[in-house]
Amino acid sequence: MVVVFYVGRTFRSAGTGSKDPGYIVLATDAACNSDKSKMMAEPTKPIVEIQRIYKSYHRDSLVVPVLFDITFDIAAGEFLALMGPSGSGKTTLLNLIAGIDRADSGSIHVGGVDITTLTETELAAWRANSVGFIFQFYNLIPVLQAVENVELPLHLTALTKKQRREHAQMALSMVGLAHRMDHYPGEMSGGEQQRVAIARAIVTDPTILVADEPTGDLDRVSAEEILSMMERLNRDMGKTIIMVTHDPRAAARAQILRHLDKGYLNDAAGQNPL
Amino acid sequence: MLLAKILFRNAFHNKLRSSLTILGIAVAILAFGLLRTVISSFYAGVEASSASRLVTRNAISIIFALPISYAGKIQQVEGVKTVSWGNWFGGIYIDEKNFFPNFCIDPVTYFSLYPEFILDEKQKRDFLLDRKGAVAGRKLADKYKWKIGDTITLKGTIYPGNWDFVLRGIYRGRDKTVDETQFFFQWSYLNETVKKIAPVFADKAGFFMVGVNRPDIAADTAVRIDAAFKNSLAETLTETEKAFNLGFLAMAEAIITAIQMVSLIIILIIMAVVANTMAMTTRERMGDYSILKTLGFGAKEITLLIFGEALVLTMTGSFIGMLLTYPAAHIFAAELSTYFPIFLVSRTTLYLDSAAAVLMAFFASIIPARHAVRVRIADGLRRIG
Ligand SMILES: Nc1ncnc2c1ncn2[C@@H]1O[C@H](COP(=O)(O)OP(=O)(O)OP(=O)(O)O)[C@@H](O)[C@H]1O
Ligand SMILES: [Mg+2]
Repeated sequence: MVVVFYVGRTFRSAGTGSKDPGYIVLATDAACNSDKSKMMAEPTKPIVEIQRIYKSYHRDSLVVPVLFDITFDIAAGEFLALMGPSGSGKTTLLNLIAGIDRADSGSIHVGGVDITTLTETELAAWRANSVGFIFQFYNLIPVLQAVENVELPLHLTALTKKQRREHAQMALSMVGLAHRMDHYPGEMSGGEQQRVAIARAIVTDPTILVADEPTGDLDRVSAEEILSMMERLNRDMGKTIIMVTHDPRAAARAQILRHLDKGYLNDAAGQNPL
Repeated sequence: MLLAKILFRNAFHNKLRSSLTILGIAVAILAFGLLRTVISSFYAGVEASSASRLVTRNAISIIFALPISYAGKIQQVEGVKTVSWGNWFGGIYIDEKNFFPNFCIDPVTYFSLYPEFILDEKQKRDFLLDRKGAVAGRKLADKYKWKIGDTITLKGTIYPGNWDFVLRGIYRGRDKTVDETQFFFQWSYLNETVKKIAPVFADKAGFFMVGVNRPDIAADTAVRIDAAFKNSLAETLTETEKAFNLGFLAMAEAIITAIQMVSLIIILIIMAVVANTMAMTTRERMGDYSILKTLGFGAKEITLLIFGEALVLTMTGSFIGMLLTYPAAHIFAAELSTYFPIFLVSRTTLYLDSAAAVLMAFFASIIPARHAVRVRIADGLRRIG
C-alpha cells in the first residue's frame, strides 16, 4: 500500500483554496527508501537561534540553576539530537525552545520571531501554529478517538469541520494508521499511540517538531518504527526536528548531535559521528 | 464541538464515581424539592387568595365576633359589590386526628364570592333548600367515602353538642391550587341553635368576606369599611384576603424558616461532595489540560472543560432528582393531605432545582479550574511521567 501526503505549506493554504498540487509518497508498508536523495532538504539557514539562555527553577526560597549561557543555532531542515545525563536540563531546554516555559534571560528566535518577548496568549497562538509536540508518554487525550486526537490542534485554525477531518485522516494515513481512526488510545499499543501523536504533531504543518524521548517508553521494534518515521519526516518533508534522547540508537538517526552536561552545552556543533 | 465531546466523555469516564456523585445530587435535589414543596404548601392559601376580596373581622381579635347587622352597612360602603359572612365552627369528625376546616357560611352569597369552588347547580339548590345541608370538598368526601345524602355528624368544640348535617353537594376546585378539603354548612342553622341555648352569642359573624368591584380599589375600600365602624362598640379590621391568610402563617414562621435553612444546608452539603469529585477528576486530568495548553488552548477552554464537566454531573443528577420529586410528592400528598391540602411541585421549585445545579457546578469548579489554568505547562506535563 502506498500513502500519499501533501507537502509543506499546502496544509495551511488548503483552507484558503490556493492548493499546491504537489504531493509526495511518505509512508509505505515496505518503506520507500529508493529515491530519497532527491527530496533531501538542504540544512542551511538557521530557523532557531538560541542566544545566551539562562534558566533556573525556584523551589521555595531555593534557586536551582539548570541552564547556563546556552547559545546555538538550528538550521532549517535539521534533525538535531540533544543528549546528556539525567538532570542535565534537556527537557528544560526543549521546553524553552517550544515556548512552554520561559528563560530567565537570553533570547530564542524561531522562524524570525523572538518568542521570549511574547505574552502568554501570543505564545499559545504561536505554539499552535509553529510547534509540533511528541512526548515520551504520547499524551493523547484518552476520551478521544485517534482521529479526534489528531484533529484537536486544528480546532484553533479556521478550517471547517470537513477540512479538519480530511487533514486528520491524511495525517493518520501518513503514519500508517488509516485503519485505526476510530480507536481510543487505550485500545492501541504504545507504538501506535506514538504514531497518533506524530500525526497530531504534523497535522498543523508546524515550523519545528520537538520530541522529548519519543522512544523512551517503547520496545525496540516500535522504537525503530517511530524513528524511521521521524527520519522520513525530516528527509522527505524537510521538517526541522529537535529530539531529546538517552538512546544512542535514536541519536544515530539525527544529523546533528549536541550534548548537555549539568546545564552547559558541551560541544561545538558537530555532524553526527554515530 | 470537540471540547463538548471531551467534557461529556470525561464526566462519565469513571463510571462508579460519576454514578455515586449523580446519585448523591439526585437525592439532595429530591430532598430539596420536597422541602420547597412543603414551604409552598404553607403558602398555598396565600397564593390562592383573590385580589378583589377583603376580610373584615373584629379589630381586637379574630376570636371576637361581629354583629350580623354589619353586613348591611358594609354593603353600603363605596366599592363593595358582595358581602358574605361565616363562622369558624371547629367541629370534630369522629376523632380529633380527622382534622379538616369547617365553617358555617351564608350559602347565597358565599359561592358567588368564591367562583373557584365549582358546585353543580342542582346540588347548590339542594344545599340552599336544606337547613341542615352541607357541602364538602371532593378530596374530603373521597377520603371519608361520603356520598350525597349521607348524614355527617360533627362534634362541636366551640358550640357544644353533636351536630348532624346532610351532605347536599360536593365541590371541586377550578384548578389544582384550590383546597378541596373544606366543609361548609348554613350559618342560619348554627344561628338558630345558638339563639336557643346561648342568646348572647346569636346573630354574630366571625368574619365578613367582602367582594370589591375592582382589585385596584381594594385597599381604599378596606379603609372606608373600617372608617364606617370607627368608634362603634365593635371596631373592625379589614384587610385583603392575602394579608389575612398571611397573618395565619406568622404562627408557622419559625417552622418555615427552619425548613428553608435545612433545604439550603442540603444544597451546601452536596456542593461540597461535587467539589470533592471535581477536585479528584481535575487532579487526574492535569496532564490532559497541560497537553491542551501546549497545543495552544487557553484558560477559557480549560475552564469551560472543567465547569462543563461539573455541569453535566449536576444537571444529570438534578434532572433525575426532579423526576423523582413528582412520585415522591404524590406519596407525600396522599399521606399528609390533612396538614397540606395543596401539595404540588411548583414550577418555581423546578427553577430552584436547576439554579441549584448551576450553582453547585460553579462552586465545585472554581478552585479546580483556577488551579488547572495556573499550573505551568512544564510542571503539568512532568506529572504525567
Ligand atoms: N519544576 C521544577 N522545579 C524545580 N526543579 C526542577 C523543576 N523541573 C526540573 N527541575 C530540575 O532541573 C534539572 C533539569 O531537569 P530536566 O527535566 O530538564 O532534566 P533532563 O535532562 O530532561 O533529565 P531526564 O533525562 O531525567 O529527563 C533537574 O535537576 C530537575 O530536578
Ligand atoms: Mg527530560
